[in-house]
Amino acid sequence: MENQFRESKEIICTACPMGCHTVVERENNTLLVRGARCPRGERYVKEEADDPRRIVATTIKIQNGNIRRLPVKTSRPFPRDQIRALVQAISPLEVSAPVKRGEIIKSNLFGENIDLVATRDVPLKDKKKITHY
Amino acid sequence: MPKKVLADVVVIGGGPAGMAAALGARESGAKIVFLLERGDELGGILNQCIHAGFGVQRFGEELTGPEYAGIYKDRLASSSIEVMTSTLVCEVNRDGYVKAVNRSGIWEISARSVVMAMGCRERTRDMIRIPGTRPSGVFTAGLVQYMVNVDGLLPGKEAVILGSGDIGLIVARRLELEGVRVNAVVEIRDSLSGLVRNYVQCLLDFNIPMLFSHTVTGIRGEDRVEAVKISKVDNSWRPIKGASQWMECDCLLLSVGLIPENELTQRLGIPICPESGGPYIDEKGTTEIPHIFACGNVSSVFDLVDYVSIISERTGSAAALKNPPAPVSFILECGGGVGLVVPQRIRERGEGDIFVRPATALRDGNIRFQRGERIIYEKPISICRPSEMIRIPSRGIEWPHETGKVKIEIDGEPVQGI
Repeated sequence: MENQFRESKEIICTACPMGCHTVVERENNTLLVRGARCPRGERYVKEEADDPRRIVATTIKIQNGNIRRLPVKTSRPFPRDQIRALVQAISPLEVSAPVKRGEIIKSNLFGENIDLVATRDVPLKDKKKITHY
Repeated sequence: MPKKVLADVVVIGGGPAGMAAALGARESGAKIVFLLERGDELGGILNQCIHAGFGVQRFGEELTGPEYAGIYKDRLASSSIEVMTSTLVCEVNRDGYVKAVNRSGIWEISARSVVMAMGCRERTRDMIRIPGTRPSGVFTAGLVQYMVNVDGLLPGKEAVILGSGDIGLIVARRLELEGVRVNAVVEIRDSLSGLVRNYVQCLLDFNIPMLFSHTVTGIRGEDRVEAVKISKVDNSWRPIKGASQWMECDCLLLSVGLIPENELTQRLGIPICPESGGPYIDEKGTTEIPHIFACGNVSSVFDLVDYVSIISERTGSAAALKNPPAPVSFILECGGGVGLVVPQRIRERGEGDIFVRPATALRDGNIRFQRGERIIYEKPISICRPSEMIRIPSRGIEWPHETGKVKIEIDGEPVQGI
């Protein structure tokens, strides 16, 4: 993939609902965008060509909680091409309730200075309450 | 003996619409507000939508579903609203009497206003009539989302997804990340049903093939799905003879639409709008019965939870008021190019927003509101898709003095593919 866009790469702009089909070309370290209908889109497409990033969301195991999986996310957009590796590295993680929304589960993922954050509260399991499973 | 209580407002359903409506009612002065939720916890579908993308309109930042729900759960916890989870509403009558059941018994709540906020549910295999055997491994996409994200269970090892709506796309990515191969997303239309952003970030990022103008016409397998038959369709969605192939998989996920859940509403004799699937409502969510309201996906399936929250807060506020609503001034009707409009009734000119869902994807066109011969609103649209409602602030419409029917139309050039 890296090599592909060195010459030219097609990118659908998702900066707005227009969804422009653009072509990005690299010439002597500068990026040229064709087909973007606005400056915001051009910026987005350049970023997407140079360093595509996404917020990654997944779940990890949680003990003693009222649910079995804790939803987590990256605190900032994470390099797109390492998402699979990241999720694999996260999946063995295990935490214990109680957990608060916003709590950092693991910091500095892959040395990117991006944290893994809990996205919901999980209180201690209420033994008296019957759960659905 | 049933527990008998009095309330100002009872809200049925504790998802995003119900939570916002209950808070809206409380803030507008309703003293006793009940929020009744069938599930074990508040938050509704947001709890299983662990991906980011919510809240940009409402909170100005991109949140995940659980985070978005968490904000409302915290607000409810610090309010004096009576929240009852694991509580099923069995009956609502025209006088605002609500009968519910939970582990502590039967409740009879006599309310001045009732807000319907039951949300929607997914269309199933039976509703789209896929022929074939009836093995296990056929799921709706939202069910799989719940299984994976809340219960930590996987539906199989290799999936085919029917329907390119946002839930299907989001679940495709989620499955790939959990090690389930997604062999294809199959779409009967010739254009994408979901957002382009989701197509890029869920399918392209993970090299998942997308087949337009195709559908599933058969399922093979006795105990378990073994393969599904994928057929090319013509312009009227009829399978083309000889243009089909079997694709191996052990599960089929359906992302083929959502239906507002209006059993309680219908039992009240409130008429349902055929386009939206919800009761006819006005700009404040008032149904044809003045003290019974509806908001969120029970009134029409929205694409952004932010809109649901904004509308539902307004509906909750209206439910808290004691004065009867003004008479209906305008009836909004779907013309060419329009899939649905909500609200369908306007009482007070210039209040709230009007949401229009295009029937098909169009480019370089116009949206028009017409009262008789007179155009009361017109705006060019560079692109519109069925996946994104067009939001029109009511104050931007030149509502005439003369009341009556208003027709909404959209025209433009058809868009194919992405």
